[in-house]
Amino acid sequence: MRPRDRATGGGVTRVVGRVIGKQPIGTAFVTPYVVFLAAVFAYPLGFAVYMSFHDYFFAAPGAIVDRPWVGFANYATVLSDPAVRRSFANVGIFLLINVPLTVVLSLLLAWSLNAAIRWRGFFRVSYYVPYVTASVAVVGVWLFLFNSDGLVNSVLGPLAPDPSWLVNSKLAMPTVAIYVTWKQLGFFILLYLAALQNVSKDLYEAASMDGAGRWKSFRNVTVPGVRPATTLVVLLATVTGANLFTEPYLLTGGGGPDGASASPVLIMYQRGIEQGNPDVGSAIGVLLVIGVLILALVQRRLLDRES
Amino acid sequence: MKRKVTSVLLALGLAGTAAACGGGGGGSSDAAAQAKGPITVWYSNNAEEVAWAKQMVASWNSAHADQKVTGQEIPTGKSSEEVIGAAITAGNAPCLIFNTSPASVSQFQKQGGLVALDSFSDGKSYIEERSGKVAQQYKSTDGKYYQLPWKANPVMIFYNKKAFAKAGIDTAKPPLSTYDEFLATSKKVVAAGGAKFAIYPAPSNEFFQSWFDFYPLFAAETGGKQLIADGKSQFASEEGKKVAAFWRTLYADKLASQEKYNGDSFVDGKAAMAIVGPWAIATYKGKVEWGAVPVPTSAGKPAAETYTFSDAKNVAMYSACKNRGTAWDVLKFATSKEQDGKFLQATGQMPLRDGVSTAYPEYFAKNPDYKGFADQAARTVEVPNVPNSITIWQTFRDAWSKSVIFGQQDPGAALDGAVQKVDQLASGS
Repeated sequence: MRPRDRATGGGVTRVVGRVIGKQPIGTAFVTPYVVFLAAVFAYPLGFAVYMSFHDYFFAAPGAIVDRPWVGFANYATVLSDPAVRRSFANVGIFLLINVPLTVVLSLLLAWSLNAAIRWRGFFRVSYYVPYVTASVAVVGVWLFLFNSDGLVNSVLGPLAPDPSWLVNSKLAMPTVAIYVTWKQLGFFILLYLAALQNVSKDLYEAASMDGAGRWKSFRNVTVPGVRPATTLVVLLATVTGANLFTEPYLLTGGGGPDGASASPVLIMYQRGIEQGNPDVGSAIGVLLVIGVLILALVQRRLLDRES
Repeated sequence: MKRKVTSVLLALGLAGTAAACGGGGGGSSDAAAQAKGPITVWYSNNAEEVAWAKQMVASWNSAHADQKVTGQEIPTGKSSEEVIGAAITAGNAPCLIFNTSPASVSQFQKQGGLVALDSFSDGKSYIEERSGKVAQQYKSTDGKYYQLPWKANPVMIFYNKKAFAKAGIDTAKPPLSTYDEFLATSKKVVAAGGAKFAIYPAPSNEFFQSWFDFYPLFAAETGGKQLIADGKSQFASEEGKKVAAFWRTLYADKLASQEKYNGDSFVDGKAAMAIVGPWAIATYKGKVEWGAVPVPTSAGKPAAETYTFSDAKNVAMYSACKNRGTAWDVLKFATSKEQDGKFLQATGQMPLRDGVSTAYPEYFAKNPDYKGFADQAARTVEVPNVPNSITIWQTFRDAWSKSVIFGQQDPGAALDGAVQKVDQLASGS
């Protein structure tokens, strides 16, 4: 082989080496998932961005339709729509309630369920059951609880809100947020339970020797010990919360009192699918992605700085 | 993280993927209009309609072995309109769908998904002869028929005779003709414990819910006007505002509920009245002793002059259809006088056929309960066949929900506020 060929051969080898990395078997295992991601997430995301910049609507194959470039017109439509603006505000309220509540409750419950208590297995399963039960089924229970003549109002008697929870423009979204927190708690408890196994027992013993009680050792050992899990819980709760659709759709009949519980994804569905304007729906989706990414980055920075 | 974030657009992406998967050709042609051969049809999934459709398909197939019809229930989805929209986009819609919502026709047409039935030599004449004057409401803005008016469920007021009797209200001729009578009767029946609510139309925000509270009463009050006429909104008129004020009173006085009910409030005894069409009769059988009267008007009108919403479902031919000649023949066969009679027999729903009450005297003699609905079928108002129809209804619903149901704005002002946007949408922009 001539030197040039060797050099070329070497170049190819280097490129191939860079692609497959130092762990070719690992790369082989990962490749199908990467292809799956590209086909099911990356391509649709790119297509959604494309749609949002065109006057786009779904058409029959072969139908001659005009889909001109419209620049930011769909974004202007979206941003000038009070229903869309309100939906973003609603999801903001939802996240403000849901995310902190999820972190606090799931950590406290995981900590409790990690202790040697009676019926521990039963409680762990109990908290996990709502998470794996379809929303459609669980919603019926919550309607039974929170309807105007439901159990909660019966207990509250004259203290019951009027209008009732789900038809009260101030309480509808908080009620949905509490429902979602309760429903997803099992999953986040599981994450914290896993994280708690990695907190060294020595640290608890040292804290105990220094005279720390249960609360102090929780604050100074447990909370810092599970910080990586907290970061994950915050991010996941934010992303899934931003995707809110099923709960307001089922609990409050398509957006509740005057759109008080309409979420961006619900509006996206209305505009994009029901009303046949996927270009507008895509614009909402793109704005939502940008918003969630910014929020996630800010959270990440804050949590990393704390740790 | 990125994987999670991109899931936000999964639904859109899948729709986009569907759009990218298209192939084949739409639009009508003379060759396709003549073509004969096997076809597929979809029909609704309620038991009565399934039974009718199965016998119709079997009857056709027994006489046309070379043009076999394959029938199936419309695939399940959030709504049949979404399923049909997706099928149009994917290019796999069947030839005929016996469950096409008139409100969606303008959208399906825009998608290039429908065949103009006027493209058949006897298309226009067949539709107009079968349905009479009513057919005009189903023309598209280009003057063509993209749907065959098939069946109506004229919306009327059902009342629970037991609940009314408990309140000492005449169950043969209850005072429900004027708004004042209706409100007085409502108060009486609730006060007497006949039911928790007088009437319980769905208070949820879906675009179509106004077809079962505002629209029937608006049709009656205006003597048969549609929501939009000549491209202009009609709902903010004096009549429209009277209807809105009437419903506002019902909600404000807690005679109607602001809360969504999971189930049938009329069957469950939660409401003393229901505002619905004859399709519901089958579900009331053995559960509620009911009577039915026309919807109320502000001053009261005789039944013979009262209009209502049709709640029609029609048949459309889809552009993915290759053997359109057969499809057209099947469509005429399925809507013939004989098949319409069988449909009426099986479902109790009214074929959109001129003079339906006189066309089947034996049926109405045996089923006098349905006679009122047959008479009412001659005076029905359809949703306007205009561009952006569903967006228009959603815009209206948002205004209605905010003002009439939840009382956060003056109803008249809310209707006025929706006019400009609706007019703009109706103009196609």
